[in-house]
Amino acid sequence: MAAERLFHHSGTPAELLIREAHVLDPRTGLDEPHDVLIRAGHIAELGSPGSLQGVGGDPNIEILEAAGKHLFPGFVDPHVHLRTPGQEYKENIETGTAAAAAGGFCAVIAMPNTDPVVDDAPILRSLIDTARQQARVPVGFLASITRGLGGDELTEMAELRDTGALGFTDDGKPVVSAGVLRKALQYQRLCGGVIALHEEDPELSRDGAMHEGAVSARLGIAGIPSLAESTMIARDGALAAYEGARVHFQHLSCVESVDALAHAKQKGARVSAEVCPHHLTLTDEEVRTLDSRFKMNPPLRAESDRRALVQALKSGVIDCVATDHAPHAAHEKEVPFEQAPMGTTGLETAFAALFTELVLTGELDLEVVVERMTEGAALYGLPIPRIAPAQPANLCLVDLEASFEVGAGGYASRSANCCFHGRMLQGTVLMTVAAGTVAYAAQTLAETTAVSSA
Amino acid sequence: MTRIGTHLLSIDDLDRASIERILDRAESFDEVSGREIKKVPALRGRTIVNLFYESSTRTSSSFELAAKRLSADVVSIRSQGSSVDKGESLKDTVQTLSAYDPAAIVIRSPHAGAAGLVARWTPAAVINAGDGKHEHPTQALLDVFTLRRRLGALDGTNIWIVGDVLHSRVARSDILAFTRMGANVTVCGPPTLIPREIEALGCEAATTLERLGEADVVYVLRMQQERMRDSFVPSLREYAARYQITPGRLLPGQLLMHPGPVNRGVELSGEAIDSPQALIGAQVRAGVAVRMAVLYELLVGTPSLAAVA
Repeated sequence: MAAERLFHHSGTPAELLIREAHVLDPRTGLDEPHDVLIRAGHIAELGSPGSLQGVGGDPNIEILEAAGKHLFPGFVDPHVHLRTPGQEYKENIETGTAAAAAGGFCAVIAMPNTDPVVDDAPILRSLIDTARQQARVPVGFLASITRGLGGDELTEMAELRDTGALGFTDDGKPVVSAGVLRKALQYQRLCGGVIALHEEDPELSRDGAMHEGAVSARLGIAGIPSLAESTMIARDGALAAYEGARVHFQHLSCVESVDALAHAKQKGARVSAEVCPHHLTLTDEEVRTLDSRFKMNPPLRAESDRRALVQALKSGVIDCVATDHAPHAAHEKEVPFEQAPMGTTGLETAFAALFTELVLTGELDLEVVVERMTEGAALYGLPIPRIAPAQPANLCLVDLEASFEVGAGGYASRSANCCFHGRMLQGTVLMTVAAGTVAYAAQTLAETTAVSSA
Repeated sequence: MTRIGTHLLSIDDLDRASIERILDRAESFDEVSGREIKKVPALRGRTIVNLFYESSTRTSSSFELAAKRLSADVVSIRSQGSSVDKGESLKDTVQTLSAYDPAAIVIRSPHAGAAGLVARWTPAAVINAGDGKHEHPTQALLDVFTLRRRLGALDGTNIWIVGDVLHSRVARSDILAFTRMGANVTVCGPPTLIPREIEALGCEAATTLERLGEADVVYVLRMQQERMRDSFVPSLREYAARYQITPGRLLPGQLLMHPGPVNRGVELSGEAIDSPQALIGAQVRAGVAVRMAVLYELLVGTPSLAAVA
């Protein structure tokens, strides 16, 4: 009997007829305008445009005239920080999942580097309870690999799995000891659950605050060489292959890591990897401003790295997109760059950033972006959202023509440390349905979709 | 007539003409410094705050003297014993000080970009007196001033900057300022102390003193003790053997500079410091006049030199 792995506050099941939206679901092959009928939170029927007009005149069904808009399967983010417990001034489960819904996400996976760390079953249980009360979209939880992220003692992984942990990670920190990691990989055979790794050799990253290169040389800020990440991926790819373990590499940032990942995959290791929108669209040139919004770990790297990441995402060497949504309070980020904490928020801008910077520029196809923004589910053994009859409704309605200035209308997240702040991005999420419930409806939804009743 | 800008945060804020204008102004203030009454009324009634989050002798004292010789009211705050010591954030400190309506805030911080942040939080003009390992623009201006006095112009001059370039804000500002004034810059030091891709700043990099003879000017950086602890170099002895500038390693006619404070017997031999080729004393003297010029150009900036004297 599989334990439940996603948790949320169940709302009213959606009763919706979305008319004439352009449905794009790379996995079902659908890429054309359709009518989509949602009854009791499930996709009841798909039909050619105009075919589902009447629907028996049921007054409970809300009708959205969505011609010209796009309907995608809901995105799944395998890497967010909801800061709960302990740092609710940065984010909590309600605001974090509201931000997810506003970004078109129908599920997110939360990291355990909270205060206290999610390293035992009672803490995980209390988090699950909170999610059942507050989460607007389903949340999966990773527990830590080592107690207190200390890097030396394994957590009670089997009990954590039974309690509902999707997998394990010490994210924010690497598992420095190859010996400790090896034991975790062995123990995985007992308890299952993906082991996700933040790869960084602290001996190489030291007190670095940005990518090591021409920009760090100019700014006099200690650099984090790309090798701090890629050498650890090489090491742990080899360990994963040797132990036959299932390992997921988090937030790849550089070309050397792509090479190490490709090598591990070639050797048959059961490894996967994610990449963040900011690493796909920005470079260390942004850091010249010394704006702490551009400080994250791993750091923004060179243009050649950015291009390699885009190519790897396109080819599938990198499996999915993850935001690494990392909220921090304003007063924490309003300090000199070297003192600022690492991290950028990303849930509310992920799709628009990729659409604006990669699809509109011709670097990636729209369907690749949609596929990679949903693939994170499969990597953690969760069903991938599909727009198909009888599926639970997990989808988002997006206006690809509409632009917005990031942050101009505030954020759903409790924090505003978004690296895209102030930019004009194209591709506005109008509505998100998560686990059958309308989790987000933009203020502009009514005016742009001419809501009427049947 | 325009000012050189609102703030002086980086040498990148200045084009060659602005640098020359500041140096010309500094020449006239240097004349003031030679008088018995070393004071002009240019900034009378204005308040200047010196905010130093790092220990400093020559930079803080020369900024204070510069402000006083321009007749400004000066408040000098050091992190030790101040509200900063009690955990007040930089932003809160700056906003508090801004309530006194200062004309300028001079800031020294151990963190890159601190001066730039201060400029966002205060209506005052902000002068970067050193931010982390990033920049120290007034040091670079006084270095150019000193060299220009000696050489007339820097165009085509070969300047070697020797030592711990990795941790040096002086090196970064000097590379930018020297090259902007037409000089060719080579940085030289142990490979562990030369930042990767430093060439992107417009200089060359060398790891030995073999070609030091090409230099017209040898600019030596301070070698800090803590670099040994972090294994950037195995020992001061080995460092000195390879990189110490001695009279024997200098050609006649090569000029010697150092931003101070000197570690006598480490990066420079005692004889080199005291040799007639050394401009170290001239650099210190230039500090006051150049900082007077920077304050004046930022806060007043009228075209007529005669109006201030």
